Amino acid sequence: MKVKVKFFAAPREALQRGEVQHELPEDATVVELVRSLVQAYPVLGPYMCRAKVAVNQKYAAVETVLHDGDEVAYLPPVGGG
Amino acid sequence: MAMKWPTCHLWVEGEGLMIWADVKTMKLFEVTTQPLSVDEVVARVADPGNGAVITFVGVVRDNTEGRQVHFLEYEAYPEMAEETLRQIGDEVRQRWKSVRGVAIVHRVGRLQIGEASVVIAISAGHRPEVFDAVHYAIDRLKEIVPIWKKEVWADGSEWRSEA
Repeated sequence: MKVKVKFFAAPREALQRGEVQHELPEDATVVELVRSLVQAYPVLGPYMCRAKVAVNQKYAAVETVLHDGDEVAYLPPVGGG
Repeated sequence: MAMKWPTCHLWVEGEGLMIWADVKTMKLFEVTTQPLSVDEVVARVADPGNGAVITFVGVVRDNTEGRQVHFLEYEAYPEMAEETLRQIGDEVRQRWKSVRGVAIVHRVGRLQIGEASVVIAISAGHRPEVFDAVHYAIDRLKEIVPIWKKEVWADGSEWRSEA
């Protein structure tokens, strides 16, 4: 299956892209996606520890199971206001 | 999804008369690249039953920890940011039952020193509690809304977070 992954702020700049399509095995979870992304894009490694993940625009736990076509966003610590 | 008013009425002053104006699809929770106007955000919570509107305005400061800031660059995950702003509005209404209106507008893109980055307007029939509600709203915004801020100095830059 394929998911869309969005990046913002520092990791977006490191990756030089705001979005990638990523292939995953069926029933992969958020934590499996994160591992797979760091393998595919080692430049993301330093940004992974403090980040949260949103699935279809809602904060999601690491054990959340992903589905084909999901929009996953990789969210470094926020800094609005 | 942003909350919208389908069609509603708002009192406006015009040529010495009070007239009814139609206000359509005014968003209460918005991320925009446009400069912010406090009056315009206050107008979004206008209601004849209001006795108090308390606002918070976040402004771009020229220094952080002794470093001179040239400008700020804000970036958002816009759809989710508007949804989490709406969630903060729901939380405020649940905690402070006397609150009548909540509007929060955050600007993104490049902001110069002195420009407003965020405007929060919360209204109620009477003033008690509304101050606390505004304080709560800005704290929650800094905690959960997917917006990021890059400080740009003369000799470098950094993405900043208070989280």
